[in-house]
Amino acid sequence: MSDAKELIARKIASFFHAGDVVNLGIGIPGLVRNYIEEGVQLHAENGLLGYGGSPKPGEEEPDYVNAGGQMVTLLPGASVSDSAGAFALVRSGKLTAVVLGALQVDAEGSIANWSIPGGRIMGMGGAMDLVSGAKQVIVAMEHNAKNGAPKILSRCSWPLTGYKVVDIIVTELGVFDITANGVVVRELFPNIKKEDVIKRTETRLIFND
Amino acid sequence: MVKNKIYSKAEIAEKFHDGMKLMAGIFACRGCADRLVDIIVEKGCKDLELIANDAGDPGVALGKLYDAHLVTKAHHSHIGMNPYVTELINQGILTVNLYPQGTLVEKIRAGGAGLGGVLTKTGLGTMAQEGRQVMEVDGQQYIFEKPFRAEIALIRAAKADKSGNLVYKGSARNFNPVMAMAADLVIVQADEIVDVGTIDPEAVITPGVFVDMILTNEE
Repeated sequence: MSDAKELIARKIASFFHAGDVVNLGIGIPGLVRNYIEEGVQLHAENGLLGYGGSPKPGEEEPDYVNAGGQMVTLLPGASVSDSAGAFALVRSGKLTAVVLGALQVDAEGSIANWSIPGGRIMGMGGAMDLVSGAKQVIVAMEHNAKNGAPKILSRCSWPLTGYKVVDIIVTELGVFDITANGVVVRELFPNIKKEDVIKRTETRLIFND
Repeated sequence: MVKNKIYSKAEIAEKFHDGMKLMAGIFACRGCADRLVDIIVEKGCKDLELIANDAGDPGVALGKLYDAHLVTKAHHSHIGMNPYVTELINQGILTVNLYPQGTLVEKIRAGGAGLGGVLTKTGLGTMAQEGRQVMEVDGQQYIFEKPFRAEIALIRAAKADKSGNLVYKGSARNFNPVMAMAADLVIVQADEIVDVGTIDPEAVITPGVFVDMILTNEE
């Protein structure tokens, strides 16, 4: 696991406290579980609420999987519902936050993460429901694409997962809040230079200092 | 005396035919009635319309229907685990409509519950809104989605009693209880089949009245 991904996961985990209900997407969001405070319940849109880590060898239960298809354990206090119940929880505002990856996020808080024009057709799965229903939408991603292209933009160009839904973006460079005025830099990580962040971002950044 | 709903593979195979509209529980290959899928593949029923969360993996669960080119129209929320489905779309022999997962399950729930449709905020301002009516209720905008029903539902349960009362396990529950209410003919594959009266009524998730046939576990 790269230090950058671990840094992002640790930071996001620090946002949550006992009693919160959080849905973690696959990729970097899934790493958040490793650092999360006890008492934060994890929700999977296939119906599990209150799942924990991987089972010990010999104790695997193939029907207990999170939304990424990885086998998990159920912690004390866990519950199981069908998919309708799982998404009712999401739409009714019981989800404190969803943490998910993104291909693009823009200054208005719109997010594109399910379809690349010309790429293989994947489908949106539960992502549109999650970003539309969760009380807080947190994007966990590397600041730039593998080819160096900016991912934080003035306007997303790829098919949207949600329109004006993102609250916070955490990358290996820092923490960014989406506000009515645009993208506000809440925090830069140690040894990260302001100029560097500006150069690697395709929209105006607002610094409060 | 409650009706015994256990049927042989041959009796169930008789119900499957070309052009049928199916729905099937599945999430990441969990909770899929794979033995019922095998019967359809064996019989070679083609030109199927399929409603299911995902398309399975190649060679696994619902993926077998795609491997055998039996599906021509499908409704899914996620097909990313099955690259072969994309290939079939690109070849022009398969049409897939994609829906947000929570919208898909509510469309099915509405179909089962005798409701005229669903109003949801999910997908406003995205491709999920395309071709849909947007309605305003109390000043809030919603996408209107029609209900879904199928001719046959393929249901996977952890346990069934002989009258069709069903219990599920973990994430294998997923779409199954909702689909068990939304098809004209509901066929169940259960890991365990028990006598009537042995499942605690409080633990029953799908009441037997919704179930028509259970595939026998005896060879």
